[in-house]
Amino acid sequence: MYNSIVLVKQVPDTANISGKVMKDDGTVNRAKLPAIFNHEDKIALEFALQVKDKFGGKVTAVTMGPPRAADVLRECLYMGADEAYCVTDRKFAGADTLATSYVLSEAIKKIGNYDFVFAGRQAIDGDTAQVGPQTAEKLNIPQITYAEEILDIKDGKIKIRRKIDGGFEIVECRLPVLITVLKGAAEPRPFSAKRVMAFKNAKSLMEIEKLVEGNSLLYADDLLQEYKSRKLFIETLTTDDLDVDLERCGIKGSPTKVHKVESVVLAGGNHIKIEPTRDGISGLIDSLMEDRIF
Amino acid sequence: MPNFFSDNSDILFQLNRLDLKEIVNVLEDNYNESKNYNYAPVNFDDAMENYRKTLEIIGDIAGNYIAPRATDVDHEGAHHIDGKVQYAKGTKENLDRLAKADMMGLVIPRKYGGLNFPFTIYLVATEIVSRADASLMNLFGLQDIADILYKFGTEDQKEEFIPKFTTGEYLGAMALTEPDAGSDLQAVKLQAYQNDEGKWFLRGVKRFITNGNAEVLLVLARSESGTKDGRGLSMFACYGDKTVKVRRIENKLGIHGSPTCELQFNDTPAQLIGSRKFGLIKYVFELMFRARMGVSAQALGISQMAFEEALSYAKDRVQFGKSIYSIPAVSNILIDMKVTLESNRTLFYNTGWWVDKKDSLELLIERYKKEGKSTTDLVNELKYTTKIANLLTPISKFITTESANKITYDSLQIHGGTGYMKEFRVERLARDARITNIYEGTSQMQIVSAISGVIHDVLKEYFDKKEVKEYSGSFAVLANHLKEIRIIFNDSLKYVMDKKDTNFQDVSAKELVELYTFIYTGYLLLDEAESNSRKRFIANRYIINSLANARKNAETIKNETYSDLLHLDEIVK
Repeated sequence: MYNSIVLVKQVPDTANISGKVMKDDGTVNRAKLPAIFNHEDKIALEFALQVKDKFGGKVTAVTMGPPRAADVLRECLYMGADEAYCVTDRKFAGADTLATSYVLSEAIKKIGNYDFVFAGRQAIDGDTAQVGPQTAEKLNIPQITYAEEILDIKDGKIKIRRKIDGGFEIVECRLPVLITVLKGAAEPRPFSAKRVMAFKNAKSLMEIEKLVEGNSLLYADDLLQEYKSRKLFIETLTTDDLDVDLERCGIKGSPTKVHKVESVVLAGGNHIKIEPTRDGISGLIDSLMEDRIF
Repeated sequence: MPNFFSDNSDILFQLNRLDLKEIVNVLEDNYNESKNYNYAPVNFDDAMENYRKTLEIIGDIAGNYIAPRATDVDHEGAHHIDGKVQYAKGTKENLDRLAKADMMGLVIPRKYGGLNFPFTIYLVATEIVSRADASLMNLFGLQDIADILYKFGTEDQKEEFIPKFTTGEYLGAMALTEPDAGSDLQAVKLQAYQNDEGKWFLRGVKRFITNGNAEVLLVLARSESGTKDGRGLSMFACYGDKTVKVRRIENKLGIHGSPTCELQFNDTPAQLIGSRKFGLIKYVFELMFRARMGVSAQALGISQMAFEEALSYAKDRVQFGKSIYSIPAVSNILIDMKVTLESNRTLFYNTGWWVDKKDSLELLIERYKKEGKSTTDLVNELKYTTKIANLLTPISKFITTESANKITYDSLQIHGGTGYMKEFRVERLARDARITNIYEGTSQMQIVSAISGVIHDVLKEYFDKKEVKEYSGSFAVLANHLKEIRIIFNDSLKYVMDKKDTNFQDVSAKELVELYTFIYTGYLLLDEAESNSRKRFIANRYIINSLANARKNAETIKNETYSDLLHLDEIVK
C-alpha cells in the first residue's frame, strides 16, 4: 500500500488563444482564456492511480488556486482520486513558484502520510518546471524529475526511467519521494461515468458558502455537515488552516517580477540562396550555428 | 477537442424533447437505490443530469479517442491468426477506454455493475460511438447480450455472466445465422443435446457471427430433435472456450474493425436460457428488436458523419471561383441530407421512447403483481404500447439504414472524384453504411415485420387525434398535406386488400409502409416545428416531399405495374 499526493493545477488553455490575453503589467488575463486541467498534471494523477491499482493505497489530489480551481479537483475525483484538497485564500494570490511551493509544501505537511508526491513536469501557463522541485526541497525529500515510467516499487524504494538529453536513465530512490512526470508518459484514464455521477455535486468550502449567499434559507454550517456526510466535501485549506508565514505567501512572498512582456510576431524575411556545394553547405551550417539554431 | 455529444445540437434537441419522466420514475422505483449507490440519482432531474454527464464522457471519448483511430482500424481490420481473432490495435484500445469509463453496461441494473439507464439513452450513446467508428458499434452494442441474460436468465446465470459484461471483461456474441438459415431462422440446425445428467451440449456450425470469438455466446439451437420449425429451437449461453472453434473470419466490404466469424461448436457445454422451445419465438425476437434499434443508431451515426464531411468539404472546395457550398445543385443536396438526417432522428428517438415505455410498463406490471395490485389497466396499456413499439422498430430500421446509404452516397457525390479516394473518410462511411440495411434483417424483412401493424392501422388513434388538432398558419397547410397523405394511404390499402392476392400484397408492402411512415414522421416533425423555428424548414421539406412521394407510391400500387411479376421469367431472360 502506498499513499500518493498529486499536485494539480488549473491553467488557461493556451492552445486556444483569441484576443488580448496578456495584461499590460505582464500577467495573464485569465478571464479571457478557458480554464483547463494542466495536461501533465493529469498524467501525474494517472501515475498515482496506477500505483494505487497495483499496490493499493490512497490518492489525494491537491491544487492551489482561486475557488474555481475546484473544477480540476472534481475532475480528479472523476478519474479516481480518493480525496481532494483545495488550497485557496486571497493571501495566496499572485504567487510565483517560490511562494507556491512554500504553501503547497505546508499543505502537504498538513495532509501528511504519503509515500509519493506526483506532479506534472510543468504547467503550460508559466512553463517554469520549478514548483515540483522546489516543493521537494521544502519538504526535504528526494525528487525525480522528467519521469517517463515507473519500473518497480519494492522494499521502500522506487525505480524510475527518466528522460535526459539524448536518451534516458534509470534511477532508484528511497521513499518518500517527489516525482514530476512528462507528457506522453501515460494516457490519462477517462472519467468514470459512475464517479462523475457520484461526485458531480462535490463542493469546496467557498462553493458551499456561495450557495448560502444566494439563499437565505441555507446555513453554511448545516450545509457543510451535509456535504461532509455525503462525502461530497472538497477539503479546503486557507491561511487559517495552515501554519504559514504570510510574508512568504502570495505576491508578498514572490520575488519574481515580470519586467516586460513583448509580443513577438514570427514572420518570414529574406531569402538566401545556398549553392548545393561543399562551401555552400558549410556556410549554411556556420550561419545556423551563429544564430544558435544548430 | 470535438465532443460528439455536446457538438450535436440535434441530439441535444431530441434529448430535451423526450419526456422520460414517467419512464425514469418507474425505472428508478422511487429513487431508492440512491441509498446504496452513490451514483444513483435522487430524483428525476438528477437522473437526467447523470444521463447528460455520461453522454458528455462518451462524446469526448468518441470525438477525441475513437474517431482519430477509425481510419487505422479500417485499414488494419480484425485478423484471424492461429485460430484466434485479433482486433485491430485501435479497436482494442477503444474497448478498453469505454470499459474504463463504465460504458459497457448502460442499461444493466446497478446490482450487476451497470448504470440502469433507459434504453433511449443507450441509443444516443450508440449513435455517438457509431459516428466515430461504425465498426466499434458492433462490439459496443453487444451489451444487448447482457440485457437478454438479465431479462431471461436465472439468478445464478445473471450472477455468473453479467457483472463481467459490465466491467468489459466479457464481450458477447449472438450466434443465430447458419449457412442455410439467414433471414429464415426457423431453419436453424445447430444441435443441442443433453447427456445422461441432463447437461446441455452444442454441436454444429454458425456463420456470419459478429464477434464470434467472444467470451460468452448466446446460441440459438435445435433442442427438440426431429422438429423442423421455430418451435423446436431454444436459446443457450456458452463460453467461447476451446470447443468453440473460429474457422475463419470474413473479408468484408466495410466495418473492418468488427470480426465476422464462422464458428464450429464441438460438443460445447451450454446452459439453457429461459424455457425450452421459446428460443426463436420469444428471446430472439426480443434480442433482434433491440439489435435493430442498435443498427438504426449505427446508421444515424454514419449519416451524421457523412453529412459533416460533405458540409465541410463543400465549404472548403472552390470551383468556378466560389465555394461549391453555394452552388445551388450542391446546396440542395446538403439540405436534402440534413432534412433526411433530422427527420430520421426524430422518428428514431420517438421509437426508442416507445420501447422504453414498453419496458417500463413490463417492470411496473411485475411490481404490481408482487404487491398483489390489479394490473388490468396496465396490461391493456402494455398491449397497445407493444404494438406501436413493434411497428416502429422495423420502420426505423428500414428508414434510417436506407437513408444512411443515400446520405453517404450523396456525401461522396459532393466530394466528387476526391471522395472516391481512400484519403478521405467518406468512402469508408459509404462502405460501412452498406451493411446496415442488410444485417439484423434486411430492409425487405423489416417491411414484412412492419406490414401487419400498418394493415391494422395501429396508429389510427394517434392520427385521429392529430387530425382534429388546430394548427395555425403555414402549419395548417402542412397538416392538410398529412391529411391528404392519410387519405392516399387508406385508399391504397383498400386497393391492395381488395385484390386478395398475397403476392400483390407482398410486393406493395413497401409502398404501404412508406406511406404510413410519412404520416407518422410528418406529425412528429410538425410538433417539433411548433416549438422551434429552425425545425419549420425540416418539417416543410419533409412533408411536401412526402406528399409527392405518397402520390407516386399510390400510382405504383394502382397502375398494376406489379402484375408483370407474372412474367418474371420472360422479362429477366
